[in-house]
Amino acid sequence: MLELSGIRRSFGDRLVLDDVGFTVQRGKLTGFVGGNGAGKTTTMRIILGVLSSDAGTVTLDGAPLGDEQRRSFGYMPEERGLYPKMKIVEQIAYLARLHGYDKRTATTKATDLLTRLGLGERLNDPVDDLSLGNQQRAQIAAALVHDPEVLILDEPFSGLDPMAVDVVLNVLSEYAAQGVPVLFSSHQLDVVERLCDDVVVIAGGQIRAAGGREELRDQYAESRFEIHSGGDMGWLRTQPGVQVREFDGGYALFDADEQVAQQVLRTALESAPVQSFSPVRPRLAEIFRDIVTDEVRNDEEAAR
Amino acid sequence: MSTPTPKQRPATPTMLQNTMLVAEREVTTQVRSKAFIISTVVMLVLILAGIILSSVLGDKLGSDTKVAVVPATAELIAGVDGIEAVDAADDAAARQLVEDEEVSAALLPDPDTDDNPLGVVVVGKESAPSDVVSALAVTPPVELLDEPTTSEGLRYLVSLAFGLVFMFASLTFGSTIAQNTVQEKQSRIVEILLSAVPPRALLAGKVIGNSILAFGQTAAIAAVAVIGLVVTGQDDVLSLIGAPVAWFVVFFLVGFVLLAAMFAAAASLVSRTEDTGAVLTPVMYLVMIPYFLVIFFNSNEVVLAVMSYVPFSAPVGMPVRLFLGTAAWWEPLLSLVILALSAWGVTAIGARIYERSVLRTGRRVKLSEALKG
Repeated sequence: MLELSGIRRSFGDRLVLDDVGFTVQRGKLTGFVGGNGAGKTTTMRIILGVLSSDAGTVTLDGAPLGDEQRRSFGYMPEERGLYPKMKIVEQIAYLARLHGYDKRTATTKATDLLTRLGLGERLNDPVDDLSLGNQQRAQIAAALVHDPEVLILDEPFSGLDPMAVDVVLNVLSEYAAQGVPVLFSSHQLDVVERLCDDVVVIAGGQIRAAGGREELRDQYAESRFEIHSGGDMGWLRTQPGVQVREFDGGYALFDADEQVAQQVLRTALESAPVQSFSPVRPRLAEIFRDIVTDEVRNDEEAAR
Repeated sequence: MSTPTPKQRPATPTMLQNTMLVAEREVTTQVRSKAFIISTVVMLVLILAGIILSSVLGDKLGSDTKVAVVPATAELIAGVDGIEAVDAADDAAARQLVEDEEVSAALLPDPDTDDNPLGVVVVGKESAPSDVVSALAVTPPVELLDEPTTSEGLRYLVSLAFGLVFMFASLTFGSTIAQNTVQEKQSRIVEILLSAVPPRALLAGKVIGNSILAFGQTAAIAAVAVIGLVVTGQDDVLSLIGAPVAWFVVFFLVGFVLLAAMFAAAASLVSRTEDTGAVLTPVMYLVMIPYFLVIFFNSNEVVLAVMSYVPFSAPVGMPVRLFLGTAAWWEPLLSLVILALSAWGVTAIGARIYERSVLRTGRRVKLSEALKG
């Protein structure tokens, strides 16, 4: 388990990370969500040790991270980088060799991995000749080729077509299944929600929420219900303790606590047959939309 | 299809292994690049052509002077170096040859033997052909009290060669290092590299790789020059410059490491290729100054002596002094120690700058910031 606690970092007099702490469990895909400038990349760079923190600790299974351990991490930086003129298989093999694999093993591993990521036909092409999506796959190979013990990926899915997302996701899940903590960032909440088990939400350099996807929904969601009735549900608007979100004749989506909701159901049953009544758990994308978009606005202001 | 096996990882490579891997990549990438191959071949061909051309031209200019002789004078110049006898039937025919510029001069018997103990006259067209006259002249044997000093021309040429080779190799491979450094920083691959290897290994690998290339290219130039000189029969020059060239190679190796570290450190301050010019200018000056000094002051002992000890110019200055024979046996050793120490110091500072600025992207990092961290 990878654990961060009390991480603080400022650039000049701007505090970009304020008491950041969360965990990345072994065997799970953890999504790291936040708007642009929320502090995702800075946090990841601190985990990798490319950047130092002003305060706080990063531990793996309880032990503080040293350079030696960090070397076994797989990292995909936010801004993609590979040697533009080097053949991709040579490039990935070179990275494997820097991690200690001998030349033959390195080449075999690079070839296998690139083939698995769908680049089997392009092994001897220079990076420059690949499409952006394929460059991205090569970049992911660069992070995976040395069988990392921890995987840190900055926006691995941005710019990938849906098929490529699935290919990459399969590979990442495979690593996670073997007990590798996998942390990837994204500014797209819906992507994170679809792909990962755990979610960490960061905004303004502070962790706003962290935990399992379902727990977070339970924890942060308003208690919301959905009802389909044979009659008109217009009366719901005037009901005390009820906040109607959507309304269409016999259909209504509303926020209310459990007790009020049961009362609503009883009232509805009295006036007309009810086809369905169920609690609705909003998607994380809806829950955290405000937090994530707010940050973008703040960031733009700061940039000005 | 392989399945990832996180537990079976190889031992972390040592700093040295990583350094050599980085160096290997620098060398193989460069050696495979078309631009490098073409420019190297063109340069070697030019050098070879230059040597052959100079030999051919030299032959033409220094070719034997043709002199018309009549049977009576033929044996006077038979076997004299630099003079080719052209037989003429009689005086009139010989004079005609001079008139037609078929020969430079004619050697005829002088009918008036009273005033002329030699009994011959040299007939020229407009001026007396001095080489014919001196070939006939009786010169007393000469004894020299001092070894002959190196001729002005050769001195200039050799200084020029050392200065030029050092400047070109340093600029070529220094810029390669700088370009690669900025390219890695610009493409952000440096972040991935640094998650695998320490910055010092990356820097050291770059310096070593490019030093090997610079050394290889310089050695190729030397080899082509030697082959060219031997083939064209000018190998007597070799014995003169042999030892200074050997010293030059040693000085070059150490001196280049020093410059390479400076190039890499300077380049690590900027994030975009377009910005390299500004940070490299001071380093470029350091590389070019020795060249100009040696061109303008190759006959000034004091300037050369100072040059041969200042680390940046020692690789040019000391071999030139050795060639001129103005340096004592211990001087190159002392200068080499100074150079090695400063290379070590500069590399350490360079590594510090590199480590601290290579991950800082965006605007140019100030030197003071990089040093302070």
